[in-house]
Amino acid sequence: MRAALLMLVFCLAAQAQDLRKSGTEYMSESTRAMQRDDMQNPAMLWVAGGETLWNTKAGKSGKSCASCHGDAKQAMRGAAARYPAFDKGAGRVLNLGQRINQCRTGAQQAPAFRHESEELLGLEAYIALQSRGMPLAPPADAQTRASAARGEKLFNARIGQLNLSCAHCHNDNAGKSLAGAPIPQGHAAAYPIYRLEWQGMGSLQRRLRNCMSGVRAEVPPLGAQDLVDLESWLALRAQGMPLESPGVRP
Amino acid sequence: MARALVHMPANARKGEIIEIRALIAHPMETGYRPGADGRPLPQDLIRQFSCSYNGERVFAAELHPAVSANPYIVFYTIATESGTLEFSWQGDKGFAQTERMPITVSG
Amino acid sequence: MTQRRQILAAGLGLALTAVVRPAAATPEKMAAAIAAFTGNKLPKTGRVQLDIAKIIDNGNTVPVTVTVDSPMTAGDHVTDIAIFNEKNPETDVVHCILGPRSGKAQVSTRIRLATSQKLTAVARMSDGSCWQQTVDLIVALAACLEGEAL
Repeated sequence: MRAALLMLVFCLAAQAQDLRKSGTEYMSESTRAMQRDDMQNPAMLWVAGGETLWNTKAGKSGKSCASCHGDAKQAMRGAAARYPAFDKGAGRVLNLGQRINQCRTGAQQAPAFRHESEELLGLEAYIALQSRGMPLAPPADAQTRASAARGEKLFNARIGQLNLSCAHCHNDNAGKSLAGAPIPQGHAAAYPIYRLEWQGMGSLQRRLRNCMSGVRAEVPPLGAQDLVDLESWLALRAQGMPLESPGVRP
Repeated sequence: MARALVHMPANARKGEIIEIRALIAHPMETGYRPGADGRPLPQDLIRQFSCSYNGERVFAAELHPAVSANPYIVFYTIATESGTLEFSWQGDKGFAQTERMPITVSG
Repeated sequence: MTQRRQILAAGLGLALTAVVRPAAATPEKMAAAIAAFTGNKLPKTGRVQLDIAKIIDNGNTVPVTVTVDSPMTAGDHVTDIAIFNEKNPETDVVHCILGPRSGKAQVSTRIRLATSQKLTAVARMSDGSCWQQTVDLIVALAACLEGEAL
């Protein structure tokens, strides 16, 4: 009896440690329903496009993703949860979109997809869907961790005319309101997302750039190393939280 | 061809009311939104949506700029007989798309 | 009296909550559009239920469901459901055509609301009668908007 009680206390104490909340907890029920229900989720349009691309032959290679990887449901299971990651071929840390383009230009010998293009987001959404529900598991190798360390510094650095860091809003003031909208903790576990504000799909980098605009800072171009480093830090900061991709956010 | 997703049951009992959800990718550009140069982007909308059941129209909708991008419509119809439901979207710039879904009605 | 309640509600930080209550007056533009739809008949209040998310995260994509109390028989059914708004650039939102084959007089979609305003759903019946319901909504805008080019 006493042993069981101790176990309960220990479990409760252990659970009480994780105060991290997904962005869904700051959304209205109807927006949550949009994410939860695949028949309602607008991101599923991109997933459908991504699935078609996965099976479409491309480039000089005449190969589709499926030609090398087979069924995405098996081959890509867990993949999105492990990005960004150091890539030996590229010699640097890549996010999922960059890794897809590496296959595109390398193995398929096809032109790279543009940033934020329907094709690239479709493939990202389709691949990320195969890891839905799995815990974020950023790799522990030295280079990926170094990228995350650089990202952490950026996360805590004040920027822009408003002179705010990510931490000021998302660590110190999560749950409070900013111009009528609740500030989430900023765990990037649902990307790519269908953002209601965009009325379309976008990557984490697109969302980060919106925040930087928001504090009137100079916005790095899509694909900049600073943005990848921030992604690496966010993945580490949210490690263990379940992947929700493809998500819906206000 | 825009991506479209239609969800409805593949099987139903005769007389059963079925729920149909239709989602299609489209920017629904209102004509009021300013572009990068400050001038409004040209209007580009889906104007009409209709559903026909074995050739007979059972639902239609006229859409205006206030309908969100990637229009989503949920409506109902009675499962009367087996056959095909046809979903059509029409809009600006000659936009026209049709999706077909089979239904098997028993009893 | 109602204005004071609104200010109090806003002051308590409830700016995000959609204050949903039946409204009496409709401004000219929306009234004109409704008159055109009903053939100048004044719609009666009732039988129409306009469901909007209580908290509107973003005015760009607001889920809405209109349900009309009707047996949906050949002799007694809803022929049309239309939604009108007050403050968007255009008054019309959507106009749906139903019939006895619909089985259920319910339609859902996602709409854009430019700002806090009233929304009215009107239903036309096979017997020529018109029914409506109006809700008063508060819409907050997203905080970090896109200012930069992609």
